[in-house]
Amino acid sequence: MLSEGARKDIEALRTRYPVAQSALIPALLRAQEELGWLPPEAMAEVAELLGLPVEVVAEVASFYTLLFTQPVGRHVVQLCTNVSCMLSGAEAVRERVEEELGIRAGQTTPDGRVTLLAVECLAACDHAPCMMVDERRCGPLTPEAAAQLLRELD
Amino acid sequence: MGQPVLLRHVREPDQGEIEAYERRGGYAALRRAVREMTPEQVTDLVDRAQLRGRGGAGFPTGRKWKFVPKDAPVKYLVVNADEGEPGTFKDRTLLEGDPHLLVEGIALAAYANGVRTAYVYMRREFYEARRRLERAIAQAYERGYLGRKVLGTDFSLDVYVHPGAGAYIAGEETALLESLEGRRAMPRLKPPYFPAVMGLYAKPTVLNNVETLCCVPWIVREGPEWWLEQGPPQLYSVSGHVQRPQVVEAPLGTPARELIARAGGVRGGRRVKAFYPGGTSSRPLTAQHLDVPLRHEELAKLGSMLGSAAVIVMDETTDMVKVIARVCEFYRDESCGKCTPCREGTVWVTQILDRILHGRGRWEDLDLLASLARNMTGTCFCPLGESVPPSLRAGLEDFREEFEAYIRAAREPVHMPVRLHLGAPAPGG
Repeated sequence: MLSEGARKDIEALRTRYPVAQSALIPALLRAQEELGWLPPEAMAEVAELLGLPVEVVAEVASFYTLLFTQPVGRHVVQLCTNVSCMLSGAEAVRERVEEELGIRAGQTTPDGRVTLLAVECLAACDHAPCMMVDERRCGPLTPEAAAQLLRELD
Repeated sequence: MGQPVLLRHVREPDQGEIEAYERRGGYAALRRAVREMTPEQVTDLVDRAQLRGRGGAGFPTGRKWKFVPKDAPVKYLVVNADEGEPGTFKDRTLLEGDPHLLVEGIALAAYANGVRTAYVYMRREFYEARRRLERAIAQAYERGYLGRKVLGTDFSLDVYVHPGAGAYIAGEETALLESLEGRRAMPRLKPPYFPAVMGLYAKPTVLNNVETLCCVPWIVREGPEWWLEQGPPQLYSVSGHVQRPQVVEAPLGTPARELIARAGGVRGGRRVKAFYPGGTSSRPLTAQHLDVPLRHEELAKLGSMLGSAAVIVMDETTDMVKVIARVCEFYRDESCGKCTPCREGTVWVTQILDRILHGRGRWEDLDLLASLARNMTGTCFCPLGESVPPSLRAGLEDFREEFEAYIRAAREPVHMPVRLHLGAPAPGG
């Protein structure tokens, strides 16, 4: 199910390490870039490319919070709720964002547009309260600015 | 106060361009080291500069390097760029602002330790930092600072950036090695096998934090005496209730009062109630400690630590019970689950704090929290579970009246069923 390009990239990743399993997390991230998440077929394909048992791949995928073993929306929004952001108003941002999207943190909008995650410190406390919209760091946020950013997503 | 050292160029518009870095004297230290110095001489400079690791443990870097066996045929350098201690953002600032400083630090550390392969383990969320570092690495290869026969010498080095995938525990050095080997990030038992002797792929491995390595080019270029005269320079991440949260460079041992002033003072002109001096794993201190030098020795005396030097400021309006509960939730969610005192202890502690916050606290809960704090100390493979007791102790000793106020206002005590308060299920992991 992976494209030829992704398969080639994963084979290239393998050459960076003396042990193939070291390429597992980078390979899963590459697969996820293409598919949005990691369906069992994708894990099986990565397992085959790296010569690993599929159980090993599933064990690793199920440990890391940014490897998605369930489908996610077209956009993934990570809202920091840790102490520095909390002291700067992250709770109000979270309430406003949940209201805007009509979902709770940990859920995906019914139209598959946005997955909202409440996450731990993003190492961006100079932008508190902050969130990541896909690969973009946003902050300091007001509740309304956060809602506006979400409305702009396709 | 003199010119900053580590942060000197992070706000330049041409940050990350190799020509600009070279123009400012960049890569001169590497040039000199590989052409005129032995690896031992480089290590000696770092040792004499009394450099201590900036990741959290504060171990002397020169000593760490000397543990690495000289004659081992294969050795690795692993850079910890998994910055995750709540309140810490100085490594991200260096990676985004001056990536060549890290590349030069990596090359010098590799030369000093006889390493030919280095991996930079970087947390996934650092997209911008990764783009800039990978670009800097590519430029350094083109100019001959990395790759085969560095600057025409016999020293060769390959550097790869390796992404993490969301796990605070991967910042613990042995968990990081597990993750780099493609497994769950679960800490290894030590002693006996420290990474310097048996690390990545069971080979001798040097593990250093981003900021630590960014100090090395300056030490080699200007010398250990100069370095010590500068303070030595230390990055403090100042956040929370300050006007302008930012990374402040100041001499090691600068008190919180001055750091807070440099971050614009407390928001709204309020007073400080408490502050974490070294991330949420350190014991939070109170307003009476604002003039304590933030240095390893002084903080250890107070039962706290410098850790990652993340100063999180809380003003007089802060609800300390809420803050401490949030901190404990963090460790509960990030526990890898291997050791029982951490896995179970963090769940118990957060349940108790949750009921106190929700009007169901009992007087005996305070003793129960103290007992859990004792049982979570020194009983696990790694320091994660041990990061909860410092906050609890400060809460019970310095802010006890806030806990008591919640319990006093509690409704008639009821028996609560045991409840796992883990929130909505997430798609990850």
